[in-house]
Amino acid sequence: MRKSVSIAGLAAALALGTLGFGTGQKSSVASAQEKMSMMEVKIDNFTFGPATLTVPVGTTVAWINKDDIPHTVVSTVDSKTLKSKVLDTDEKFSFTFSKSGTYPYFCSIHPKMTGKVIVH
Amino acid sequence: MSEKKKDELLHDHNRDGVNRRGFLKCMAWAGTGAFCVMKGGVLNSYSLSRISEISTADMMGELSFVQISDSHMGFNKPANPDVAGTLKAAVDKINGLAAAPEFMLHTGDISHLSKPEEFDTVDQILKSAKPKDVFYVPGEHDVLNDDGKQFLERYGKGSKGAGWYSFDKNGTHFMGLVNVMNLKAGGLGTLGHEQLEWIEDDVKHLKHSTPIVVFAHIPLWSVYPEWGWGTEDSAQALAYLKKFGSVTVLNGHIHQTMQKVEGNVTFHTAASTAFPQPAPGKADSPGPMKVPAEQLKSVLGITDVNYVQGQHALAVVDSTLA
Repeated sequence: MRKSVSIAGLAAALALGTLGFGTGQKSSVASAQEKMSMMEVKIDNFTFGPATLTVPVGTTVAWINKDDIPHTVVSTVDSKTLKSKVLDTDEKFSFTFSKSGTYPYFCSIHPKMTGKVIVH
Repeated sequence: MSEKKKDELLHDHNRDGVNRRGFLKCMAWAGTGAFCVMKGGVLNSYSLSRISEISTADMMGELSFVQISDSHMGFNKPANPDVAGTLKAAVDKINGLAAAPEFMLHTGDISHLSKPEEFDTVDQILKSAKPKDVFYVPGEHDVLNDDGKQFLERYGKGSKGAGWYSFDKNGTHFMGLVNVMNLKAGGLGTLGHEQLEWIEDDVKHLKHSTPIVVFAHIPLWSVYPEWGWGTEDSAQALAYLKKFGSVTVLNGHIHQTMQKVEGNVTFHTAASTAFPQPAPGKADSPGPMKVPAEQLKSVLGITDVNYVQGQHALAVVDSTLA
């Protein structure tokens, strides 16, 4: 789990120059909120880690598959909006949560794998 | 299952049909290579290493076929960087059998990522197998991205719904089922209402003495629900088969051999030709299990099935690639 909570972290984000908003020329990282707008879920050992992720509205969550087996990220309630393609090892899927709510999801290949993003 | 046991002839002294304990003991050997034959209510078992000492008459029947499973063409991680090679080795093993099996069943996960070239490669490799007819059912890895359309186009001619079908061979009724579609979060494999209705209808007019072979990817019994190794509505399917004297269920998915006998039903899962997976609960997750390279072939395998008309059970023999 990665959380950039320090100013140093913010500076690092600035240096990297990308938070998925626009070209990054005009840095959109002035606010405290935006330094939290990129979060990661690691998929490994048939598990989403963390299984429950709580984020503020506007956050982009990136799932990265570190397992040696492909997985997917599919919403349990609305597979039209939250649905990844098949992710092989090292492949990523990103989704920006622009509305608050609870988003349960699972791996459609291995349905016992479940997770949840809570957006507030 | 990997423990070496001495060869032993098991007799049913009570002459009441199946010696349940003997039969189960024999099934436990199957992973290391035991050949079980039911003759007149007596179960005989022989170690595969001494198979040459059994008469051909004892070994052969009116029907023989091979089950392969989980070829995962496209997988290339350390657990097996050459799944095409191990599939070819499985074909060589099949071609080396004393009596050429009449056909093959592939119980799914043909491909690893549902890619066309992966299916093409498997088709290519299987062309060199002596049995020319292959019957397929999909695994969850075969229906990614397109709700199984590609699988149906390639292997589903004449099938219904998501690809279920039945056919007869020398008096045995075969049923290929699909339990990898519409999987629900937190759930197990599922057959679904439409397929269950078809199963009931399909066997309605069959004589109770007809041997039945059901094949599907995910096990139709509860091997280990925590890892999704089971099918939530299989009990209903099995209820429709209750009246039959001999039912054999062949599955894949768990990448190891396992058997269970329950009344008239023998459940059997096949090893993968690609990579092994851990025994239930023996690891954090059911992922590919790495074994030393020289041991890999000994945990991959094929299943050879023989049927002798008039006997109660199909003789199911697993052999490893090494």
